[in-house]
This record gives sequence, C-alpha cells and structure tokens, in this order.
Amino acid sequence: MKKLLLGNEAVARGLYEAGVRVVSSYPGTPSTEITEAAAKYDEMYCEWAPNEKVAMEVAAGASFGGARSFCAMKHVGLNVAADPLFTMSYIGVTGGIVIGVADDPGMHSSQNEQDSRNYAIAAKVPMLEPSDSQECCSFTKLAYTLSETFDTPVILRLTTRIAHSCSIVDLQEREEVPLRPYEKNQAKNVMLPAFARPKHDMVEARTQKLMEWAETCEINRIEDNNSKIGVIVSGAVYQYAQEALGDNVSYLKLGMVHPLPVDLIKTFSGMVETLYVIEELDPVIENHCHTIGVKVIGKEKFPLCGEFSQKLIAKLMNGQDDSSMALEEPIPVRPPVMCCGCPHRGIFYALKKENVFVSGDIGCYTLGASAPLGAMDTCVCMGGSISGLHGYNKARGAEGEKKAVAVIGDSTFIHSGITGLIDIAYNKSNSVVIILDNSITGMTGHQENPTTGKTIRGDATAAVDLEALCHAVGIHRVRVIDPYDLKETRAAIREELAAEEPSVIISRRPCVLLKYVKLEPSFFVEPERCVGCTACMGIGCPAISMRDGKAEIDRNQCVGCGLCLDLCGPKAIQKPEVEA
Amino acid sequence: MSNTGKSIMIVGVGGQGTLLASRVLGSAMLSQGYDVKVSEVHGMSQRGGSVVTYVRYGSCVHSPMIQNGEADIILAFEQLEAARALPCLKKDGMLVVNTQEIDPMPVVTGAASYPQELIAKMKDQGAHILALDALKLAEEAGSSKAVNVVLIGAMAKYLDLDKQVWLDTIRTTVPKKFVELNEKAFELGYHAE
Repeated sequence: MKKLLLGNEAVARGLYEAGVRVVSSYPGTPSTEITEAAAKYDEMYCEWAPNEKVAMEVAAGASFGGARSFCAMKHVGLNVAADPLFTMSYIGVTGGIVIGVADDPGMHSSQNEQDSRNYAIAAKVPMLEPSDSQECCSFTKLAYTLSETFDTPVILRLTTRIAHSCSIVDLQEREEVPLRPYEKNQAKNVMLPAFARPKHDMVEARTQKLMEWAETCEINRIEDNNSKIGVIVSGAVYQYAQEALGDNVSYLKLGMVHPLPVDLIKTFSGMVETLYVIEELDPVIENHCHTIGVKVIGKEKFPLCGEFSQKLIAKLMNGQDDSSMALEEPIPVRPPVMCCGCPHRGIFYALKKENVFVSGDIGCYTLGASAPLGAMDTCVCMGGSISGLHGYNKARGAEGEKKAVAVIGDSTFIHSGITGLIDIAYNKSNSVVIILDNSITGMTGHQENPTTGKTIRGDATAAVDLEALCHAVGIHRVRVIDPYDLKETRAAIREELAAEEPSVIISRRPCVLLKYVKLEPSFFVEPERCVGCTACMGIGCPAISMRDGKAEIDRNQCVGCGLCLDLCGPKAIQKPEVEA
Repeated sequence: MSNTGKSIMIVGVGGQGTLLASRVLGSAMLSQGYDVKVSEVHGMSQRGGSVVTYVRYGSCVHSPMIQNGEADIILAFEQLEAARALPCLKKDGMLVVNTQEIDPMPVVTGAASYPQELIAKMKDQGAHILALDALKLAEEAGSSKAVNVVLIGAMAKYLDLDKQVWLDTIRTTVPKKFVELNEKAFELGYHAE
C-alpha cells in the first residue's frame, strides 16, 4: 500500500517494519514526530526519556538485552548523548541500534546549525542520509542490517526539509526479529581500559570494512547523464540538484555519508571534467575528496551557512536569477509569539518590571526575549539557565544575586536543570530559580514528561514532585505561585530576591492549549473609557491591538486570562457578565 | 518537474489550519495517482508566526520546496502573508487570498504599521487575484474554524480535479460530526467570486 508520510513518520514505519522493540527519545524539533508516530504501533515499546543521554542509554540497554532498539533526537540533543555514543561505538551491539538525528540547516527552530556528520566521523560510526520519505523508511531498515552485520550503532541523519516533508512510501509488513539470547560477555560490554584497547583496534578495522561496503552498496550510486559536469550530493540536496540541474549533469548520490568511499569517488571523478560537491553546512564530503586527492569545487562556490534550495543551486551553477513580483513597501515581519492566555506572559512582564538579569533557557518561554517583553539576557542550551545563573552570581556576588533570576520550563528542568540546582545548593549561591511549570513539553508540540503524570501513550504514571525534589537537593525556600496573578508574582520575585538563601519559585499553570484547560469568555474594551494609554500593550498579547487610538480585543483570540485587567488604569477593559 | 503538475504554496499565521489544508490537497492529488511532496512547518514558528507549506504534485517531484517565481497557486490565509509570499508566484500564477487581517507583533507594539490596500497593490504588480472574506463565509457555514475548508473550496476551481474528489477527501479527513459543516464551507468557497 502506498501512503503519503512525513519523513519522520516514514522513519517510524521503518522501525516498525524492521521489528524494533524499544524506542526511547527526548522531543526536539525537527525529530519529535518519529517517536510520536512510533508510539502508535502497539508492537513497539516507546517512551519519552528525561533527556537524550538517558534515551541513548536505554537504547543501549535494550540492545544488551537482545532487542533492536532506537532513539531519536535533534542535532543539539546528540551533544547531550555524545558520552554513551562514543563508547557504544567501541562496544557495538547485540540487538541492532539506530540513532535518529535531525539537523536543522537554516535554524528553523534551533539555537545553532551544527552538522551531525562530524559526530559520525568523531565517534567512528556509520551514518546514512535519506533523500525522501521512501528512503527514510528503507534506510532505517537497512541501518539495522548494517548495525548487526558490522557490530556498530548506526546514525540515521535527517535534516528539517526531509523530516518535515511528506512523500509517498510503499508500506511493507513488519518482520518480527526475535530477541537475541543473552550471553555475558565482559570483554565486549564492559569498557575497562584493558577491554577497551583491543576494541579501539576493532573500531578502526570496522571502519575499513565499512569503507569497502561503501564502494559497492546500492545506496551510493552514480547516475550517469553523459555530462562533463558531475555533482556529489546526498540528502535533501540531491533533490534540489535534480530540480535545478536535471540531466544536464551526472550525479554521485551518497546514501551513506560516513564512512565515504574512495574508489567510487575516483571513478566518478574520472567520468567528468569538472566535479562539484554540493553539501549543506560543513565541507565533510569535500574534505574527504581533498584527502584522497580528488579535485572538487565545494565551499568556494556554495555557502557554509543556511539551508540550500533548487534556486540557490541554479543561481550558483548556472547564474539563473529570475525577477519576481514584489511590493515596494516593507512587509512587517511576523515572529512567533506567546499564545493568548500563555501562563509564561505574566512572569516575563513581572521580570521586565523588576528589571532583573534573566538567565534564560530552551522552550516556548524563550519567546519572553522578544519585544515587547524583552525579559531575557542569555539563552545557551537545555538546562543552562540555572548553572549559568550560579556562575553569574559567583562572578558578581551579592550585587548580582539581588538582581538576577533563572527561568526554566518543567521539561527542561527535568532534562538537565536539576544538576544546576544541586550546584546552587551545594556550592551556596544565593540564587533565585523560577520553574515555569505548564504541565507539558510545549514548544515541540505537547509531549508528556516526567512531571505530567502521563506516559507517551497517555497512561497514568508517577509524577515528579517538583517541590519535594527542590527540597531534597537542599533548597529550603520553595514556593508556588499562579502567573495569572500579577501582584502575587511580582511580590514573590521581590521577596525571594531579598532572601538570604537560594530559592525556587514554581510558577504553575497549565499550557492554555491543553485540551483540559477551560477557557474563559473573551474580554472587551469600553471605547468611551479607553484613554489610549497603551499600558495593556506592554504584555505583548496578540489579541490586543490599537485601532484609531483605542485598544481593541479580538474576541476570536482572547481566552480571558485577565492579565490585561490589572494593567488598565481607567478600567476600560471589562470582563463579560457571566450568564447564570 | 513534470508539466502536468503544479506547485502550490499555502501561507498563513500559525494556528489558522494551513497544515490541514496542505494535507487535504496532498491526499487529493495522491488519490489521482500523482507523485506528491508536501513540505510542512512544525515547532516554534507555529505560535502566531508566519507559516509556509508547500504542496507539489506531478508525474515526478524532486524538491519539496517552492522558491521565487515557482508557485502556480498561492493560497493565503491572511493578506500580509499573501504579500510576503508574492515573490514566489509565477508571472501567470493565481493568488487566492483571504481578506482577513491579523496584526503581527511589530504592528501590535507600534514598531511597524500594517500596509494598506494590499490587494490593489498586488494587482498592480500583475498578480491574478481572487480575494474573499473566508472568515465570514466560514461563520456562514457554521464555524469560524472552517476558514481553511472555505479556502480549499476557493482554490479548487483552479485545479483540474473533479469536485467530488475534494468532497471525498474532506469527508475522510475531518471528524464525522463536522462533515456537513465542512461540505458547506467548501461549497461557499467554491462559489466565491
């Protein structure tokens, strides 16, 4: 049967068809839908792990237990999981292990543009890169064969455009793969130096064997169009090049991007007069060509930064640049904003009013950095807000401590914020940490997490008690506030900043987009009372705008959170009468 | 890409239902035996930001993306987003636009103003335009949430596909209790001028 599937859904289909039994992931755009789609197949155990390192270790454990296993993450998630990756490369597998990693050229939803292919090189594991949903499915299955044949974890690399594009997939049946019998094998699975040394030799020999495989495998193929020009491409770029250049050039399409073949590239080079490597981000294939003495044109022509397209390739290869229609006047940008009724809005409004240093983190609430709130000073990585605040306060002493806070979401706190909080308690910085507990992992599109009391499939389970957890690591001042109550929120921030010990404020209110959240009737403005002071505009609510000098509330958007009520001096903003 | 196919760009504001529209369009074209690619936007830019979805179909589709001057049809859920996408429209392409205006944050904060007379200005650039008040038609059909299906109806006129295929696709895509409402929304869009 043929079906239109998202690249991520097609990977999940590949997992199902390959007989995978255990899937553990942490959500991250653009990888999230792999695990969401996998969880719809009852044959596979699926879970959201607290972070990517845990997810990869769960996959490793499942492999020790004899099962085919999988974990997915975004590119920066692989940084978190790098520790198990590098040693699992030495250990290899019992049941096959595949690691799905989604890069984000163009940074549609990421804080950096790192190229995961460098991890495959550094950890010395093979990496496959599909070009459409069909390949997402078939490469996933192939990855398990490779993993078990060559005794190695395999990375499946996606990019946003592949992960989030739908194309047609031919669905196959699931092939049940029985659990491999467990046999204790310390020399293979216990990485003490004495066991690890011979393993390193094995890894190097494995790479040689994989390079031989790369020379003849079907997924590395030459498409000879009898042209003097050749291009080496992989992933989404193969599609852009086909679109832009058609059969005017010959192609070497690489389905395996690490390790790279030598003879195949030399053969292809011999078939053409001019050879280009067209690759997004880092010059990985290009550097390999230089190393093996094949002359190619790469980054001298194509950019290191950003996402490619058929237009970019046509322009740089053929100089085509068509004129197009465009209006002369500037079109205002439309950046993403916090939703109407977002519980984060009140906190950031209060922080702006208190004029404090805000150590930020990764989540919907990073939007608190945007105008008109602008209440964030730093944002580095998952969990970095808390440890960053501790460092800031150690640098600036009491002067910093009285005017600085960290903000972090519930899921991010569990991911890697807890360790920073332990540092604050253990090494005694007088820091104020605000946990924005909206009872869900929001930005990636509502995934359950260890604080929500539900599993990936919605079954009830244990929920982390955030208050008890903070107490347990040595924080004595822990208080819970409602961010819809601006007065309470501001008072709490002031009191905790004034306190002479570290503290945690838990700002608790569920994400307004959660189905169980009851929305209130929309508010309205009485135009004759509105003086046009624009105080209500300060919270950056998308439902409020100014028309002809008066505030106006869009009844289709407003969910009646009431935050604007307190800001309106002349009481022009009104709550509708509740019908009895 | 094959000449028999088309490239359609769907633009709007996160939360307006552009994703459903692209999936309906993709499924309808798949049912006709075309090769189809749909490129979607997930994650952060869903939240009130500009969203762009590409749907391409034909005998063989390579790139999932649509670039400057490549769109046969742009289906815009909002005027400002139509203007933003205009450079992607082919010279003889068709722009179907919902006349609804949603202020972006720079307009809300007063840092920028919402451009006036956008439809007239886009016509001056030579664009073929069908402008309709899809929100009003959706409310007429029974729910403001049916804006996307009204717009699918308005776009359907410009694609060589039997009307019944659209109605069948909508029937299999939306929940049962909303089928009647959505069929009505489709018809209102289909007959909008």
